[in-house]
Amino acid sequence: MSFCQRLGPDGKDIVIFATAEDHKTPSTVTLPEPDQQPGLILPNGDINWNCPCLGGMATGPCGVEFRNAFSCFHYSEADPKGSDCYDLFKTMQNCMQKYPTLYNKDLADDEDFSSMDSDKKDSPDKSSEKSDKKSS
Amino acid sequence: MFRINHLLKLRNVSLKLIQKSPVERASCFAVQRVDFHRVVRFYSRDKDDPSKKVPKIDEKTCDEKKLKKERKVVLRDCKPVDIHPCHPPKPGAQSRLPHINEDECPPKPTLEEECPQAKIEPPPVCPHDRGSWWDNYKNAIIAGLLLAAATLGALLLAGQGDKVEEVVEKKKEVEKKKKSKRVPIKDPPTSADIPNKVPYLLIGGGTASFAAFRAIKSADPKAKVLVITNESFHPYMRPPLSKEMWYNEDAEAVKKLIFKQWNGSERNLFYEPDDFYIKCTQLIQNPNGGVAVARGYTVTHLDVYNRIAYLDDGYAIEYDKCLLATGANPKMLNVFDAACSSDPNVDERVMLFRNIFDFEDVFEAFEASKSVAIIGGGFLGSELACALARKGKKKNRDVYQIFRESGNMGKILPEYLSNWTTEKVKAEGVHVLKNTEVIGVKFEDGRLLLVLSDGKMISVDHAIVAVGVEPNTDVAEKSGLEVDPELGGFLVNTELMARSHLYIAGDCACFYDTKLGRRRVEHHDHAVVTGRLAGENMTGGRNPYLHQSMFWSDLGPDVGYEAIGVVDASLPTVGVFAKGSDKDTPKAVVTETGEGIRSKTEAQQSENKNKSQEKEGDEEKKEESSQDYGKGVVFYLRDDVVVGIVLWNVFNRMATARQVLKDERKYDDLNEVAKLFNIHED
Repeated sequence: MSFCQRLGPDGKDIVIFATAEDHKTPSTVTLPEPDQQPGLILPNGDINWNCPCLGGMATGPCGVEFRNAFSCFHYSEADPKGSDCYDLFKTMQNCMQKYPTLYNKDLADDEDFSSMDSDKKDSPDKSSEKSDKKSS
Repeated sequence: MFRINHLLKLRNVSLKLIQKSPVERASCFAVQRVDFHRVVRFYSRDKDDPSKKVPKIDEKTCDEKKLKKERKVVLRDCKPVDIHPCHPPKPGAQSRLPHINEDECPPKPTLEEECPQAKIEPPPVCPHDRGSWWDNYKNAIIAGLLLAAATLGALLLAGQGDKVEEVVEKKKEVEKKKKSKRVPIKDPPTSADIPNKVPYLLIGGGTASFAAFRAIKSADPKAKVLVITNESFHPYMRPPLSKEMWYNEDAEAVKKLIFKQWNGSERNLFYEPDDFYIKCTQLIQNPNGGVAVARGYTVTHLDVYNRIAYLDDGYAIEYDKCLLATGANPKMLNVFDAACSSDPNVDERVMLFRNIFDFEDVFEAFEASKSVAIIGGGFLGSELACALARKGKKKNRDVYQIFRESGNMGKILPEYLSNWTTEKVKAEGVHVLKNTEVIGVKFEDGRLLLVLSDGKMISVDHAIVAVGVEPNTDVAEKSGLEVDPELGGFLVNTELMARSHLYIAGDCACFYDTKLGRRRVEHHDHAVVTGRLAGENMTGGRNPYLHQSMFWSDLGPDVGYEAIGVVDASLPTVGVFAKGSDKDTPKAVVTETGEGIRSKTEAQQSENKNKSQEKEGDEEKKEESSQDYGKGVVFYLRDDVVVGIVLWNVFNRMATARQVLKDERKYDDLNEVAKLFNIHED
């Protein structure tokens, strides 16, 4: 059985030891819905450049080139998607080659622009953006 | 007074009216009306005879009345109360101010950071100071100790002629090493290379600045941002300096400032690699903008109205929007300060801990020492103590932790939890000296001798002072910026604005939190959140501070917690901890038989039934007496509303905690709220 005790100066600290069984019964407290953080795509269809999933891609030295290329891809209606954005991606890649340590993971192999998926970008500065240290 | 009487009269009149019969009431009214309308005229009429003297009704009464009116207004006796520091006013001193009975007021909870930073003023010269003997003779004792140290030092030098040369040589080597390590880098080499006009200027190169320039670049992709920092490094993260960096097995990794993250992958301290940043000379020309960092430069003041920042050599930089994120500097205790300034031997061995240079110094010092003392029982002190103890275990190094409180994190965690944590810290191998202060420091036998308040003396090779930080508000006075007298830091509003076009974020910002009041927070996530917010507002946003920042700490393998909101030990708390299940008999049997294999234990179970039942009883008793606060949630309450939450060894639930805080409800049973955190699961 869970039990409770008062500790500390003037007994101001209440301590409850709760068993697992006690906590299995659903809580009587309901919290309001958390604010939905927008993902990569905003409700109006635009790209959310603040999305942590982009890592530092949109804010780095090649940020402008990246945004141009990715926006073109996002709004592209060609088939396959993004095939009309070749030039922009090429410009972006040229830019990124100037910063090997910053973009080292992404430049090595990926030649296939149409399959470029920003979610796969796993830049090292992601973890610094996480406000919760151990949340994933 | 008069109004009340007047109103009372009216009330009485009206009551009387209501009580009487209608006829009486009417007559009453009539009389009243007559009364009201009776006008006393003092003017003359045509019929009046001007020659006739107006009969003086009652000269005497008039004269009396006149006298009464003419009586001078006499000021009441002032009786000023003497406020002298040595002689407090007598308790019965006259005061016309309403007296608040302080016993009735609930004690106001304060955060450690909100406590008035005691600026120690020189004691007033009092003829008969009936203060403690100690206060009177403290200076004398310290002087005596220093004298003793000096004489000892002299004796040492006199007695050991040859060794002296060696010592001196070694000192020189050490000094050389120190100098080479501590030489700050200036990049660009001259301030002339720094652009003199930038759209975005960030003063300070820490976490808040980093978050700000990221937010600025997100909103304005072609932004040109200039960061000015007095450090020699590009923006880096501070938390691993007292945690992960010490768990490194590889000395090379430490040199490169690489550490292993919680998920196993390695990274270095810097937020961005060096080639992320553009050179100062290219910042303005580059059409796509960029972020340039000027390292080794200090801003002395700002001309806020004209929007100009001045460097220490007088170089002026114009800006459109500016962020002040100058952070905080570690505090030094007086007793160490005095000893350090008088004895260079002491000075070498006493260190502060804040930036990368400090980390490198302490790391080197620790490698070369047999024992280390850490002064301070808060986050930094406790984390360092655990990290050093863990690192020093193999080589039998002694780590002492000395602090004034009665337990680690004494100002953050409730007493029971603080005590439990202290035991865990001790288990890590730290010699914890609680309720202790250092009252004397001297250099003896090549080591540092620390004299403690309980009379003991310990001898260590190095001492690290980790007693807190002071916000860096050096630019405030000359720039005309307001500083909070109690909390310290620059005063800003909820949008982090100090003046027009000037924002402040991080450790040095004293901001208004609409839910929790005015505060100043010194945590990493707070710097990220406020830096980002400032960056958003600098690029046209008008967002208030809403997203509550969190903080965390790790003290060895058993203790790790995350927290959010106002977490102050003086607030009433409700802690809900996970208790083992009632059906815990197999465990008792396993521990009793020492057999880990369940099949064997079950076979023995029937034999040992009686024994195990007895053991159960004992186990339960044990549980009650020494509680295991392994996992749980602690709610901090202010007026029955949850203002802070600590997630004790439970992780990944910060979102729930944030919601509970945002809700601001008065819960009847916090155990029900605790259920939302699923503390029994991993």
